[in-house]
Amino acid sequence: MKTITAKRTLIKHGQGLRSLPVLPLFLAILIVLPVLVVISALLTPTWEVWSHLAQTILPEMIKNTLLLLAGVGAGTLFLGVGLAWLVTTYRFPGRKILELLLLLPMAVPTYVQGFVYMATFDIAGPLQTFLRRYFTDLTWFPEIRSGGGAILVMTLVLYPYVYLLAKAAFREQSGSLIEAARVMGYGSSHIFFRIVLPLARPSIAAGVALAIMEALADFATVRFFNFPTLSDGVIRVWHGMMDLRAASELAGLLAFAALAIVLLEHALRGRTRYYQTGGKAPGIMPVALQGWRGWLITLSCLLVVAVAFLLPLTQLAAWTWNELPRLPEGTMSVYAQLIRNTLILSLSAAFFVTICALLLASSIRLNGSSIGFLLAKLATSGYAVPGAVIAVGVIVPLSAFDHALNNLLEAWLGVTPGLLLTGSIIGLIYAYVVRFMAVSFNSVDSSLEKITPNITSAAQILGAKPWRVAWKIHLPLVAPGMLAGAILVFVDVMKELPITVMLRPFGYDTLAVWVWQMAAESIWAGASLPALAIVLVGLLPIIFLTRVASRNN
Amino acid sequence: MLLKRNAGDSSPVEKGPAYVQLENVSKSFATAKAVSQLTVCITKGDFFSLLGPSGCGKTTTLRLIAGLDRPDEGRISISGEPVAAENTWVQPEKRGIGIVFQDYALFPHMTVAQNVAFGLKGYQREKAKERVAQLLELTGLIGLGERYTHELSGGQRQRVALARSLAPSPQVVLLDEPFSNLDADLREELRGETKRILKEQGTTAILVTHDQEEAFSLSDKVGVLNKGSLEQEGTPAEIYHHPCSKFVADFVGKADFIIGEIKNNTVSSAFGTFPLPSDQLRGTGQVELMVRPDDVLFNLDATGESTITEARFLGASVLYRLQFGNGPSIHAIRPSTEIYPVGARVRVKLDARHIVIFPNSCTRA
Repeated sequence: MKTITAKRTLIKHGQGLRSLPVLPLFLAILIVLPVLVVISALLTPTWEVWSHLAQTILPEMIKNTLLLLAGVGAGTLFLGVGLAWLVTTYRFPGRKILELLLLLPMAVPTYVQGFVYMATFDIAGPLQTFLRRYFTDLTWFPEIRSGGGAILVMTLVLYPYVYLLAKAAFREQSGSLIEAARVMGYGSSHIFFRIVLPLARPSIAAGVALAIMEALADFATVRFFNFPTLSDGVIRVWHGMMDLRAASELAGLLAFAALAIVLLEHALRGRTRYYQTGGKAPGIMPVALQGWRGWLITLSCLLVVAVAFLLPLTQLAAWTWNELPRLPEGTMSVYAQLIRNTLILSLSAAFFVTICALLLASSIRLNGSSIGFLLAKLATSGYAVPGAVIAVGVIVPLSAFDHALNNLLEAWLGVTPGLLLTGSIIGLIYAYVVRFMAVSFNSVDSSLEKITPNITSAAQILGAKPWRVAWKIHLPLVAPGMLAGAILVFVDVMKELPITVMLRPFGYDTLAVWVWQMAAESIWAGASLPALAIVLVGLLPIIFLTRVASRNN
Repeated sequence: MLLKRNAGDSSPVEKGPAYVQLENVSKSFATAKAVSQLTVCITKGDFFSLLGPSGCGKTTTLRLIAGLDRPDEGRISISGEPVAAENTWVQPEKRGIGIVFQDYALFPHMTVAQNVAFGLKGYQREKAKERVAQLLELTGLIGLGERYTHELSGGQRQRVALARSLAPSPQVVLLDEPFSNLDADLREELRGETKRILKEQGTTAILVTHDQEEAFSLSDKVGVLNKGSLEQEGTPAEIYHHPCSKFVADFVGKADFIIGEIKNNTVSSAFGTFPLPSDQLRGTGQVELMVRPDDVLFNLDATGESTITEARFLGASVLYRLQFGNGPSIHAIRPSTEIYPVGARVRVKLDARHIVIFPNSCTRA
């Protein structure tokens, strides 16, 4: 602890240790490795693979991917910004509760929303069945199994990213800017488009980027809707042809798409950094809307909540209710196994991600050099990388390791231990650490921020021994951040599909994998209970999030 | 009362045993020398201020005394015991000091009482409770013991920080700009109270500040730091009226510098001639005179050589700018019970007792 204090002191006085931060460097390499593997595959293309792909599915996949990203981007932008604007600027009946309810669709994974919509709206679904009583011809009914359907479904569960960030950006805005514009004689719509929206642009860009990264990573929904994209392509090539080479080259293309999104987001942010120091001036004051106008907004918000959250929730609940009494023999033990597997994966991922995040964040803070900052950026870049890319990027080095080990042991001892890493959940955990490091890191790092060098000094001067400083001061201050990060990772891993599908040991089913398999076979009822469990657990971090937000207000 | 002094040299007046002592202490960081060859003696029970502009090394000095940084050279002793020297190093917690940080550094996950009790290790539960209650009473925090620090106002937090630093009964308390985050009114109040509390406890206090008013109103002694070394040390009145350098003169209050000339033991300037004070520079030649606004007297006189060119109303007093013909101008302060119009002609007289003479920056006397 004495050395820690000394190092922190140096940082405080602007003299960072120039030595290379070893641990962050190691973690950063570990995390960037899968992406590098995949990109290097793209740099050494196998022309047969590409010519085959180009003649078959590649053009369609690229077109679909672009359409999906554009559609989801536009949809979440419109819905997210629009709703955020409504709840910040107007006071209407039920605003407080609707403001929170509008976040709930976040709890529904795209593939769950996807199969519920498919079941509800396709030809055999309840809506068309109902309509057939009154119409003989239903060809005018839009086909849900289409690109449009996929875009709709994803928009409905991904808009909360934009909504959340836009709302926070609107709320942070200093009222004095708006008052200044008002005094200069501008009306409220003018103020929205000229001041509020441009100021919130960096946040909105970040929200839309998050939403389309999710859309890019999704493979299950687009497969349900028969709208193959690049993510789907990687998994098809992987599962269908068992061709690692082709899969990693296709994944390289996918990685470039992700990189393009990140770069686009940076470009949209521009060089602008909006620090608003308006301080005391109140933010945007909501205007009360009387009579039917207010109710119209209430109704619109309710409609979104109903369509995006209540519909899947009630549909899943209804299926479950109908199914429960007549579950086939042994289903419960299958479910128990699913839950056990899911818990093992989610808990161990949450544990390892949190430990890595704590090590990374604290060693970077102690080191204090600018290279540490860069390493942190690298080590947390996995959130932008589609799961399929990470999965391929993890499998390549791990299987190389397995083979080398097998060859070595066979040569030396004459035994083959089998696939040590690729056949176990180690690869899965590794991939989860890569993918979800950012989630935990941000949470842990912001709680480390509370431990100022002076806090440590104060405890030390008051006579606390190093272990007492760590136990009584540091741990209690970091623990909430670690816990919050761990919960987020737990839920994310539980919902995660592409990595789990690609890297799980043979026959190792989780709740998410089960849902996907059942839904792919159109066995809605079989998917309903696990899906309901995923959605309900997914509500946890949202509740957590809103509680933290309300405490900060 | 006048200090026997020569420009550029200051010898501290010995008074009682030195309690905290720094001898030729230096400390460098990669980018700059923070403290160089600093020597200071602080008397037991005194309230001592380290005053200086930002970047003068005052906070570093405090951290060196606390043991949060280690000096590159020189020695530091507390109560006669060396705590930092070439081969000696005493850990901060063994130095018997308390510290109040600028940001207070309160433990955010603990209540006020838990914060105050943190340093009371080895106390029995009942004794610790008693001591905490005693400190909360002393610092005017009765009834707030169960609050968390984020539930307190800025002033209350400062009190908690003080109470926490005093809990283990340290011999020396270090205060790192503890009032700078407070509103003006509150600052005034807390300064008075902090001084009272520390005096009551008989604690030696070392305050770091860039605010001369704060240093003057609180301290028994002030040390002015410039670029890492001690420029002058003395009582507030000595520092104010007899600065040993232009830097100190400028830093500790409003001062005008006008050209004067020494001839035959008299000093002449645009604003009059007066006998050379006995303790000032000898010889003849051009000098610079430091004139404080409160040493400038004037009265309305249609035949006077000076004109009032500006009047700034300050509340209790008015600050006037007086211009001598086309020549130099100086400032004068007068109570606001008498107001003089801008443009009026006045006759200026300098109160020679407090005028300090410096060698002219160009020609050394």
